[in-house]
Order: sequence, then structure tokens, then C-alpha cells
Amino acid sequence: MKHVRYLVPMGILLVLLYFLRAGLNLNPKEVPSPLIGKPAPEFSLPRLDQPEQRISRADMRGQVWMLNVWASWCVACRQEHPLLVQYAKQSKVPIYGLNYKDERAAGMKWLADFGNPYTASISDRDGRVGIDFGVYGVPETFVIDRDGVIRYKQIGPLTPEVIHDTIEPLLKQLNS
Amino acid sequence: MTRLSLYSSNSIANMRKLIRRLFVTMAWSLACAGAFAAEAKPASDNPALEARVMKISGELRCLVCQNETIAASHADLAVDLRRQVREMLQNGQNEQQVIEYMTARYGDFVLYRPPFKPLTALLWIGPAAMVVGGLGTLFVVLRRRSRLADDAFEPDDKDASGDPHLS
Amino acid sequence: MIPEIGHFSLWLALGMALVLGAVPLVGAQTGRADFMALARPLSYLLFFFVALAFACLVASFVGHDFSVRYVATNSNTALPLQYRIAGVWGGHEGSLLLWVQMLVLWTVAVALFSRHLPKEVTARILAVMGMVAVGFLLFMLLTSNPFDRLFPAPFEGRDLNPLLQDPGMVIHPPMLYMGYVGFSVAFAFAIAALIGGTLDATWARWTRPWTTVAWMFLTIGIALGSAWAYYELGWGGWWFWDPVENASLMPWLLGTALIHSLAVTEKRNSFKSWTVLLAILAFSFSLLGTFLVRSGVLSSVHAFATDPLRGQFILAFLAVVVGGSFSLYAWRAPQVGIGKRFGLWSKESALLGNNVLLVVAALAVMLGTLYPLVLDALGMGKISVGPPYFDAVFMPLMAPTVFLMGIGPLARWRNAELPALALRLRWAAAVAIAGAILTGALAGEIRLVATLGLVMAYWIVGSVATDLWGRVHPQGVDWAQAPARLRQIPRALAGMMLAHLGIAVFCIGVVMVKAYEVESDVKMSVGDSTTVRGYTFIFDGIKELKGPNYVAAQGQMRVTRDGQTIADLHPEKRIYRVQQNPMTEAAIDSGLTRDLYVSLGEQVEGGAWIVRVYVKPFIDWIWFGCLFMALGGLLAVSDRRYRRAAGAEQ
Repeated sequence: MKHVRYLVPMGILLVLLYFLRAGLNLNPKEVPSPLIGKPAPEFSLPRLDQPEQRISRADMRGQVWMLNVWASWCVACRQEHPLLVQYAKQSKVPIYGLNYKDERAAGMKWLADFGNPYTASISDRDGRVGIDFGVYGVPETFVIDRDGVIRYKQIGPLTPEVIHDTIEPLLKQLNS
Repeated sequence: MTRLSLYSSNSIANMRKLIRRLFVTMAWSLACAGAFAAEAKPASDNPALEARVMKISGELRCLVCQNETIAASHADLAVDLRRQVREMLQNGQNEQQVIEYMTARYGDFVLYRPPFKPLTALLWIGPAAMVVGGLGTLFVVLRRRSRLADDAFEPDDKDASGDPHLS
Repeated sequence: MIPEIGHFSLWLALGMALVLGAVPLVGAQTGRADFMALARPLSYLLFFFVALAFACLVASFVGHDFSVRYVATNSNTALPLQYRIAGVWGGHEGSLLLWVQMLVLWTVAVALFSRHLPKEVTARILAVMGMVAVGFLLFMLLTSNPFDRLFPAPFEGRDLNPLLQDPGMVIHPPMLYMGYVGFSVAFAFAIAALIGGTLDATWARWTRPWTTVAWMFLTIGIALGSAWAYYELGWGGWWFWDPVENASLMPWLLGTALIHSLAVTEKRNSFKSWTVLLAILAFSFSLLGTFLVRSGVLSSVHAFATDPLRGQFILAFLAVVVGGSFSLYAWRAPQVGIGKRFGLWSKESALLGNNVLLVVAALAVMLGTLYPLVLDALGMGKISVGPPYFDAVFMPLMAPTVFLMGIGPLARWRNAELPALALRLRWAAAVAIAGAILTGALAGEIRLVATLGLVMAYWIVGSVATDLWGRVHPQGVDWAQAPARLRQIPRALAGMMLAHLGIAVFCIGVVMVKAYEVESDVKMSVGDSTTVRGYTFIFDGIKELKGPNYVAAQGQMRVTRDGQTIADLHPEKRIYRVQQNPMTEAAIDSGLTRDLYVSLGEQVEGGAWIVRVYVKPFIDWIWFGCLFMALGGLLAVSDRRYRRAAGAEQ
């Protein structure tokens, strides 16, 4: 039994190796959202195309919708945009854009150049609504249900796998 | 890469414009130097508030940086979050409310001082437990040995020098 | 051509390392003198081929060979020569080559200075070093080849990260790696002893100087890194508890514990299995550090560009080396005896108490560094553990450690008479408390935490002074004998005193700057001034200037005190041509009792600039302290005892 204590270092090493190995598959910089399962934050922002009109959280009640955070200065957004444009055509779920910390003219031009998948885009010039949504990088995408509860957050560009494996089943479930 | 690589192209362009405008500014400044040289004003309108902002910001993580506080970072999000902290403090809210605001939106990840909860109990108590455990174990082992008979040990040859302090 | 020579040289080095790792070991087990005799020549050959490869990489950098991918990503035609050389270790692949270069340097050193060791021991030690080299060479050749070519070769490189274009960059990694890698020698000694069953006081005496020298280099390396961060990063911090910094602190803490533990083992032939475990742990934590920095599991400004494959390789290597060592330990250590007797209260137990505290400190740093990873891996969410945690946990751990530091050196071996000891130390205690309060009063405000820290620092000083007093002017001995007695103090002891004083100096620096630093954030137009702690900073405007690979706005600041100009400071905002990132270069006027630190912020409307001015009292004592520690180590290693022993056993 005296020999057991000499095995302690080995034991600790094995535990450590297990976690380090697991760590290789994780992203230390990814920030999971604490808002999943909680109501989307209150917001009321002007439309990008018609700034006199505003869209607020209350307007979205009763439907399942997606919120895609984008900006004209965001390089990674260009990566997911074609996918989004195509998806918007085939899906019945409305996609709203949150134009994050952007100039109106630049945003409009970007949509004109690369396509507009959004039912409407709203302007978050100073990023406050973004902060309320826990946005820290662009692009990010939220799925919000009929009652205004956030059900899913995609950090980084959307991919076909994410849409097919995660978002579509979720949307089907929420819409049923 | 460093925090500085996360300046948006906007601020870099601004930076270069500023340097290019330097001579004009300098000429203007020189012309006025004699008349307006004075005790420099604080960078912010309310240094005491700013100090509090910085103190709280020093506890919050910059989420777009590699490992920096929002006090130190120049990233856009850091600037925005500092502004948020400043406004909350100006509205009379306290540090605890600022912390709650941030964690409600970004989770515990945004805090550099991990909150004390069951999940982090081991983290906070661990070091103290290890000290107590370690010193305790040492004490027990040494005391047990001190109770052994002399023949359990190797014989002791006296140090030639006799100097008890020779290490 | 040169890159190919370098690459081929690495393969040859691997071959040498494979033979070195196997043949002398077999020779030692079977008693074959010819096999064992191969250890030294193989070590020299290994060194030759690695050094050749290193030289080839340096040549590629100096000669602007952008067809080598690593050179293209870390250099540029406008990069000055010294940074082209330093660029060799500016990225992952090259710094690995530096690692191996240091390893073979230590291997050659052991080969050269081991004449007094039995040939089996030498053979085993060099074989272990060879095995470690195999791991790193394989890692380089399979996943991180610094000589990879780039087709077509670009005309211009990407440039070295501007933050790294600094004198500190030239010297900090080599020093750090000398230290990190140097613990492999103590490790090799430990493994050799476990394999051969020769774990005893003699083993401890052999291992001590190697450990101390490695520790010395690591101390300097960490201090340089901290000093570099201070003057390079533009906001005056000098330690951030960043994972990579922690990765170098953990082996340092364990190395310090090892030095003290070796003293007990050498003196009393006891706690051998504990000491050997520490020797294995110190190097294991070096390897862990290598993993953490290069695998991408932790987020850090220092982390190298990562690749999951590389992470897996290092992890596997870690598992093999440390797992193998711990297995060997579990098998052999139980057979080791308990050595000679010593009392419950003695110098030996004080040293072991120090061990416990230092090891706990290292484990606490590891706990904080890895906890987020563990929680995330278990799916229990993501947290951050930053400076607030480490400061809260580490400082209280250091207090009892420092307390012991005052007692240990004065305690007697075998049996410390506690009452007599307490009596001897009463002056040290009194001086510590009085001095701390007085310092606070002189600084203008007595602060609780600062006072506690100063008590700790002065306690060490008082203890060293008491020790010195006892040797130079003991009871009943004339003052006339004092100089002679002073000279008679063995260097090992003098080294210890100097190193301990270094800790005190370090503590004073940390405490004073944390408690009494003053900052002034102001908007300055030309001619404006601001006064901080009696120093007046006058802004004389901005000059635009061109560096070798950057343009800068340089602030002209004059500092006066009592009307006399004492310094001209030139903080800069630089934009490097290639990487286009604005960088702040702070301007610092260093002094024995304070640093004046000026940093340029943004320009605001009206042509004024935001300027940050700091007066940091005693901050340089942080690094003076580290220097004293390192010098103490050097002094201790030069003790006649080691030189005499080496000569006698020849």
C-alpha cells in the first residue's frame, strides 16, 4: 500500500493529459452566449433603407425569425453572404439584418453589390443593441422564436453544415 | 498578433491622416504657444469617474483580443464597452450592477475575476487547501519520522568543519 | 542550397540523437564500456549538426532568402540586421530550433564537465538528453520545418512583428530557453539515478550546480521578458499573468524548490524521492509550457500560430516523457531509503516547508491557468481567470514563504533551537516592522497592504544581516577578525544571501510601485505642462520622423524638477510600413528610486495630444532584485566545493 502514493503523480498526469487532449478541440476564444433560452433584448432601431421607419422587438412577436449581424467593413461576412442570399430565397423564415457599427451609405452599397437576403435591415450605428445581444464579432446569427426567446446563436460565418444540421431542424421544430 | 492589429481600417487611416497634418498643426500651435501654454487639463472631464471606469474595466475581458482587459485594449468593442461602463457609472449605478450587466450579455467569460460559485469553488479554495494539506502532510511525515528509533536512519557522521550553518 | 544543408543537417542530428539515446544507455545497463564511451562523441556530433542547421537559418535571414517560408513570414528587406537575426526565433519553427540548439548546448556542457562522474552515470545522462532531442527534432522535421520552401519566392517578406523589433527581443528568448531547457539536465540526472539505482547525497551534489545555473538563466529570461513588456507595451504593466508568462513561472517556482530540496538531500541523504520527483517536475512543467504556448489551447498574446497536429505531437511527447518518468519513479522510488535523521524543527524542515509552499504556488498558478480549459472540456461553460485571481491567490502564498526565508538560513541543521532562533531574529522582526512603517510615512501615506509587503521585504534583509553579523562578529570574537571572517564565508552561502536579498529588493519594487504609483492623463497642447509628484512635464510639440522601416510622430517632452531640466523624453506613435499597425513607444527616464514614464495617446481636436504621464517609484528594483537573485546563483555555483570536487575526482 505504501507504493500507492508513488503512483499519484502518474494519476494526476493522466487526468491532465485527458483535459489537454480535450482542449485541442476547443476554441479558447469563443464566447458562448448566456442569452440562449432568454428573451431577446428590447430594441427599437431605424430601418437601413427607410430610416424614418423603426422596427422594434414588439413588431417581431408571433413569428419565428433570424437576426444576422453584418457590416460592410466585415470581411468574414462576405464569406457567408452568398449562402445567406440563397437560403433566403428557399426558406420561409424571415431574416432580418442588424447593420452593426456601420455607415448607412456603406451598408446600402454593400447590399446592392452583394445581394440582399434580408426582409429588412436595421441600423445599429453605435453598437448598443449589439452589446445587448452579446455581439462581440461579426458575423453572428440568432434564431428567435414566436415568443421572442433566443433559441440559438451562431458565432462566425454560417456554413451549409450548420444550416442543414442545426438551424433547419430547429426552425422546423419552432414552427410546428 | 497584438491588440493593435485589431484597429479597424478606419482608425489606421485616421492615424495616418493625423500624422500628415502635423506640420500644419505644429505651425499653428507654435504661433499660439506663447499665449496659451498652461497647466494641461485632464484628458477626461471627470478624472475621478475615469479612474473608476478604468478600475472596473481592468476586471473585464476584451472579447475580441487575445488576452487583454478592456481598459488596456484599443479594439472598437473595448472602446464601446468602456463607454457603456462610463455611462452606467454616470447614471449612478455601482460596480456590482456593471458586472451584472456585462455577465448578463457575455457570460462569466467576460470577468477576469471568476465569480465564486459551486463551479469555481475548487478554483478559489484549491490553493489554500493545498497549502494546508501540503504543510500538514509534511508535519505528519516529519513527526512520524522523529518518533522512529535511531537505527531506522543512516548513521550520522559529524560534519568535518563543525560549522552548523554550512549548507 | 543553404536551406537544404540546414534541413539535411537536422536529419543527421536526429540520427545522432537516436543513437545517443539508445546505445550508451544499453552500454550502461550491460556494462559495455565501448557503448558508453560513444556518449561524448555523439553529443559533440549532435551539437555540430544542430549548430550547423541553426547557422543556416541565420544565414537565410541575414541574406534575405524569402524562398524559405519561415523567413518570408518573419522578415523583410528593410528589417535591420540585429532583428533579422532575432527574427530567427520570432516564430514557432525558428524558436523550436533555438530550443533544440539550447538543448544540445547543455548536452555538450554536460559532456565536457562530467569527467568526475562514473561512466555509467554520464552515459545515462547524455542518453536521456539525446532522447529529449529526438523528440524535438522529430517534432520539427515532421510538423514544423523551418526550412520549408515557398514557391514562388516572394520579393518581399511579411516583416517581423513590430513589437518584437526591439533589443529585448534579441536576448529574452535565448535566456529564457537556456533556463527552461537547462532543467533537462537536472531531469536527466534524476532519470539516470532512478535507472541506475544511485540516488544518494552524491547525486544531489552533482545535480546542484547544473540546476542552479539553469535557474539563473530562467530568472534572467523571465526578468527580461517582464522588463521588455514594461517598456515596450506602452501602458507600464510588467506582469499580466498571461498563460505564456505562467508557463515560464511554474518551472521557475519548481526549480527554486528543487535547489532547496537538493540542499537537504545533499546534507542528510534524505527526502531523495521527493527531490527526484521535483527534478522530474521542473522539466515536465517546461514541456507543459511548450505545449501550452504552441498548441492553441489557451488564448494569449504570446502564443505562436497554431495547428492541431502540432498540439497533438507535443502532447504525445509530453505523455511519453513525463509518463515514462513517472512510471520509472513509481517503480524505483519506493526502494529509496530515508537517509539520516533530523529534527522536526530544523533547517531541513524549514527547507522542506519552503518546498511545499513553492510547489503549491506552482500548482496554484497551474490551477488558475488550466481551470477555464477544464470547465470548457467538461461542458460546464466558459470562464476567464485573470490577474485579479492570481494576485489574490499568489500574494498570500508568498507571505509564509518569505517568512520562512527569514528563518531557514539561521536555523541549525538537524535541530533548530526555536527559542534561541526567535531571540536572534527579534531585531530583524523589529527592524522589519519599524522600517515598513517608516517607509510608508516617508512616501507620504501609510497603506496597509504596502506595509505588510514591506515588512516581508525588510524581514529578509534583517535576517540576512543577522546571519552576516553572526558570522563576521560572533560572540566573543574581536572586530579585528571581521574582514578575514567575511572573506571566509563560503561562496555558496554568500550566493544564498545575495539571492535572498534579491527577493527582498524585488518585493520592495513591487510594493512601492503598486502602492505609490501616480498617473496623470492629460490633454496637452504645445507649451502645456503637468506636474506629478514634484516633476513637471512640459510638452514641446511633435516631430515627424522616419525610422528604418516605420514613420513616427515623436513627442518632445521636457521634465524639470525644482526648475532644473532633468530629462528629455521622446514618446512615439509609430506606424510600421509593412504591418501598418500603430504602435506606442513609451519614453522612460529610469532612476534608482523612480521611473518617469510618458506615453502618447491620440491626437484630439485643436491639435492637442492625450498624454499619459506616470511616476513609478522603485519600479526598477523589480528587475534589480531579479539580477541579484541571478548573481546570487552565479556566486553559489562558483563555490570552491564544486571546483575542488570536480578536480579531486578526476
